[in-house]
Amino acid sequence: MIANGYLRNDGRKGIRNVLIVTYLVECAHHVARRIVEMSGDSQVHLVGFPGCYPNDYALRMMKALATHPNVGGVVLLSLGCEGFNREDLAKHVAGSGRGIDTVVIQQSGGTRSAIEHGLAAVRRIKAQMDGAVVRTPFYFSDLVVGTICGGSDGTSGITANPAVGRAFDRLVTAGATCIFEETGEMIGCEGPMGERATSPEIAAAIRASIAKAETYYRAMGFGSFAPGNAEGGLSSQEEKSAGAYVKSGHMPIVGVIKPAEIPPSPGLYLLDIVPDGAPKFGFPNISDNAEIVELMACGAHVTLFTTGRGSVVGSAIAPVIKVTGNPDTFRRMSEDMDINAGRVLEGLADLDQVADEIVELIKITATGAETKSEELGHREFILTYKTFEPSAPSCFPRSAQLR
Amino acid sequence: MSSAVILLHADDNVVVCRRAVTAGERISIEGSADIIARKNVEIGHKLARFALPQFSKVIKYGAPIGSMTESAEPGDWVHLHNMKSDYMSAHTRAVTGDEP
Repeated sequence: MIANGYLRNDGRKGIRNVLIVTYLVECAHHVARRIVEMSGDSQVHLVGFPGCYPNDYALRMMKALATHPNVGGVVLLSLGCEGFNREDLAKHVAGSGRGIDTVVIQQSGGTRSAIEHGLAAVRRIKAQMDGAVVRTPFYFSDLVVGTICGGSDGTSGITANPAVGRAFDRLVTAGATCIFEETGEMIGCEGPMGERATSPEIAAAIRASIAKAETYYRAMGFGSFAPGNAEGGLSSQEEKSAGAYVKSGHMPIVGVIKPAEIPPSPGLYLLDIVPDGAPKFGFPNISDNAEIVELMACGAHVTLFTTGRGSVVGSAIAPVIKVTGNPDTFRRMSEDMDINAGRVLEGLADLDQVADEIVELIKITATGAETKSEELGHREFILTYKTFEPSAPSCFPRSAQLR
Repeated sequence: MSSAVILLHADDNVVVCRRAVTAGERISIEGSADIIARKNVEIGHKLARFALPQFSKVIKYGAPIGSMTESAEPGDWVHLHNMKSDYMSAHTRAVTGDEP
């Protein structure tokens, strides 16, 4: 047992017990934000979707996020005329046993009264959540960990990323579920990655996901390569890819999932983040938080975020642990960094020591201790338009297919 | 710390700076001749371990990470000014902004 979790009706367990206030179109954003601010409660988080046009992916994502094991209650904020299917979302959340209320601004009488109604709903559901909470032992087998990198530089691929890879090896060995993604940053790694698959079908799904990423990014005209990557010493997409891939560690890859698909059994999974079909809505993930949101929609309780240049972001719903590979960045931004993997470059620690430190910090975070970004109040969230076909059954572990 | 640079794989023809290095600094590399840094180079950036002819592959982690667009001497900084991706072009603020 590593912590006392929050038991949900579906059997999953959370490491936080947050209420999410969710705007369903940008027009309801201000009202939702005011409700969160006025609640004065650090466990009330703001999430939302800005678009007025309906999108199946966004609905699936919101259903998955609103029933994330760290979430205990939901208040939906609708303007009233947007395309988002608020009834479907509310029904799904209610079916999960969570407290839910919907405030429709046009029916409620405008901004001021919607804020009042929303705030009352938050207080009522929060009281229910606190009254009905069931604490239960939380084991590694309950834990889902995601990883992303952001603001990568020439140090990321030789310190922070391989240290996270070794932490993943330890977590998977202990029975946890680990998810890596950024298929657009694995272009050129599909050969060795396919060899780690536990079935020929999963190997084919891995190769197909990378081929799709290459086609998609080519159509966008840019790889997943930002100016800061170059300033930090990375010279090409494939150099960045080689450095990003090592975050996955060495364990077999038991499945390929898509956003909002929950891994059916423990092990290491690749999350295929590039939309299916012809490029339609622009860049797959427009910034790092879009990736964190997708990992959470797959059930991630915590995200390991490696950075060289120094990202400061956190996330709503699930804590983010920031691991910097660059010792200069750690010195400059130590208030934002949880782990200094840059010590490896200075000969002050080896990758195994940093990996142990990461696993230890995950355990402490699971007990409720705040990460640096949580302490600083970072609660970023972004969700945009995408299109996905469901994964084929052969993309999941065989044991799960037999169920 | 033994060296200012790290050789990630025996086959690599570039090394990675473990700290900022200064022009003229002599740098030892495990298993091959010393190089002299020809410029000030930041942490995380790459130096040529050997002479790298134009069009040759740049090898890091034991794998190709692009090709030289110009030749480089041992100790030269290897980056966007003398190498490019074999997959897709990198973007910098200069090519995405209004002004070059």
